[in-house]
Amino acid sequence: MKLRLHTTPEVPLEAEVISPDALQGLSESEAALLPIYHGNRKVGLGEFFEISGRVDESEGVVEVEGDLSRVKLIGHSMSAGRLVIHGSVGAHLGASMKGGEIHVSGDAADWVGREMSGGRIVIQGNAGHMVGSAVRGSSAGVQGGEIIIHGNALNEVGNGMRRGLIAVGGNTHDFTGVNMLAGTIVVLGRLGMRPGAGMVRGSIVAMERTECLPTFTYNSTIQPDFIRFYLFHLRKLGMSIKDEFINGQYERWSGDSLELNKGEILMYAG
Amino acid sequence: MSVLRIINGKVHDPVNNIDGRIKDIFVRDGKIVESVPEDSPTIDASGMVVLPGGVDIHCHIAGHKVNMARKFQPEDHRKDAQLRVGELRSGTGGVVPSTFTTGYRYATLGYTTAMEAAVPPMSARHTLEEFHDTPVIDKGFYVLLANNIFLNQLLEKGRMEEFREAVAWWLNASKAYAIKLVNPGGDEPWKGRKNSNVDQLDQKISGFDLTPRKIIKALIDVSNDLGLPHPAHIHCNNLGHSGNYATTLDTMRTAEGRRVHITHIQFHSYGGKLGEKPTSKAAEIAEYINHHPNITADVGQVMFGNATIMTGDAPLTWLLRNMTHKKWINADTECESGCGILPFAYQGHVYTHALQWAVGLELFLLSKDPWRMVLSTDHPNGGSFENYPRLIRLLMDREFRNEEARKVNQKAIANTKLLDIDREMTMQEIAIITRAGPARILGLTDKGQLGVGADADITIYDENENREEMFNAARYVVKSGNIFIDNHEFREDRHGRIYHVAPDYDPAVEDTLRPFFEDYYTIQFDNYAVDDSYLGDHETVKPYPARFEEAKVSMT
Repeated sequence: MKLRLHTTPEVPLEAEVISPDALQGLSESEAALLPIYHGNRKVGLGEFFEISGRVDESEGVVEVEGDLSRVKLIGHSMSAGRLVIHGSVGAHLGASMKGGEIHVSGDAADWVGREMSGGRIVIQGNAGHMVGSAVRGSSAGVQGGEIIIHGNALNEVGNGMRRGLIAVGGNTHDFTGVNMLAGTIVVLGRLGMRPGAGMVRGSIVAMERTECLPTFTYNSTIQPDFIRFYLFHLRKLGMSIKDEFINGQYERWSGDSLELNKGEILMYAG
Repeated sequence: MSVLRIINGKVHDPVNNIDGRIKDIFVRDGKIVESVPEDSPTIDASGMVVLPGGVDIHCHIAGHKVNMARKFQPEDHRKDAQLRVGELRSGTGGVVPSTFTTGYRYATLGYTTAMEAAVPPMSARHTLEEFHDTPVIDKGFYVLLANNIFLNQLLEKGRMEEFREAVAWWLNASKAYAIKLVNPGGDEPWKGRKNSNVDQLDQKISGFDLTPRKIIKALIDVSNDLGLPHPAHIHCNNLGHSGNYATTLDTMRTAEGRRVHITHIQFHSYGGKLGEKPTSKAAEIAEYINHHPNITADVGQVMFGNATIMTGDAPLTWLLRNMTHKKWINADTECESGCGILPFAYQGHVYTHALQWAVGLELFLLSKDPWRMVLSTDHPNGGSFENYPRLIRLLMDREFRNEEARKVNQKAIANTKLLDIDREMTMQEIAIITRAGPARILGLTDKGQLGVGADADITIYDENENREEMFNAARYVVKSGNIFIDNHEFREDRHGRIYHVAPDYDPAVEDTLRPFFEDYYTIQFDNYAVDDSYLGDHETVKPYPARFEEAKVSMT
């Protein structure tokens, strides 16, 4: 099935129904009636999208085109299939996602994959704040799955993350891995300020040196096997990984000592 | 104004000795009357149970601590939206619902009165403002006076006359309904020094030449001397500590035969040694209350699932924070009180939580007089008020209770008598512990009953063997004579009334208070007292002896 945004919304659209799960088995006209919210007004999907074809049963592919930067909640709770977005998307992409794959050729706004528990999200461009994060007030964020961002990401990547992998090809802003419970964040560029603040367990890997908080302590320079496995995996997914990262040494800092002190920040040391 | 007939319903009205009799009820102008014309609007309640509206004697539903608890738990609200229905207001639910939702959800359960149990005088204005946005139910609040520096100073100097006048002034200034004691004497030392508290009634309170017992005795006496409709409402010292039942018994003895209400007594009925696992002393506590008619209590049942600890007992919250290691709020209310808030979850597999659950049920079932051991979960401390239907089923259905008991920590259950108790409460007893009892303890003679002259707060449930389903949603709710829930659907929005007391006091006491305020308060003395414009629709409840006479007249 293909969706094309034919009218740019004046205020954000909330379109949880744009996911293979909700569109599976529907005809064009049935899909056009699915409810979405334009601001606080409930309208049919067809009022903003031109719909063609059906979701094929084996692959479950849905393609979406147009400037979707004002369309929120695409792929919400999606459990299977493949969502291909040509262009940029709005906030809460793949929120609470359980399985399947989302591929975005442009940029994504804030809250990519918040509280996801499975599946994979790939963003070719940049992402906003709160990638793979817990919602405000909640202590647990991503429970599983993978988020791959080829560009940069802003603040609080992996806030409260509990399991899974987040990889960022460029740099991240402040508080990467804040309050992390477990899981892995790999940043091929530089971390912003105060990485891993309040982290309990988990690993943050970065390829450029950043100052750590005073509650983190340096303990060794090592060559952990798991980084090699992760980097090979990311290379397979199309990220450009230099050989020296795969074969290099990493400085290990442990923290946050305000919490369990069982987390680690690993920074490439040549 | 409005008239209404409710016919063919099975009525439970313990105050008027009606136990499940088919009886017609007539309503005119918000009150129950002898009769109305045959052609009046009629609810045919065939096959249904008719009860007075529920009365919650102890809950936390308004004021700044409740509001802070709402604000710091967004994760709890977002999965429970209260959508707008007709002209009603939207809101959020969860363990600490928003103001409008609180009113609607109490009404959905068939409750029409609820008393906010802990308000420092300084937040009285805020509490009253939230009351205006808490629809349908009638309400009032209890004002915290047991950790008040000025009152403590009067007490330590033995200036009892001025103490009495000052308490009366504070009740007027805050528009409260009753006097509340929380961890008497313990908060003030704790605010001064880490881990400082009191654990014995005769221990000297650091910073004062005073003991908790003196504070407790003085406030019990003032409540009785002023003739307040509801006696001193006491949250005893040592809440939640193993072995605290001794403190609870000691507190009850301090009343020396005068009226006193011990609240969420479940949290104060533990044996064992301090720092070790608690055991149940429910039998000892129930036994004492059975033999002392001056004492009333509400249980403060713990229900498994999410809760929010919300209390003036700041040292207790610190203790719990060191167990959860999660977010919490601690606040210092100037010279008046402390405050602590933290999200909490009671889990069946945890020994202490399962024991607390069982102790609460034991207290209900071992008490001989349901009029004096009434229902509460200390909402939201032991669980949300939305657990009441389940709690009622636990009390009415022994098989269900034993089944539930078998699912939780068995070591805890084995340390209680719960499985040996065969008692199942009757519908009449439920009507007492949720309606007639709390209303009588509060001195609200027009509530909790369906006699002629009573407030027309009436709930009608479909008869159902599964009492949880039955009490989960009233089919009809009549509030002050107007139908609010009509065949399970909300009708137009309603305001509730505010209940408060206004005991006489000597205005000369203000001259004693003013200099203290100028030295130590952030609020000017002249701006402190809440004026009548905050009351809206309200009733000033007269001193108890007068009401007692009236009550006798209306019952004969």
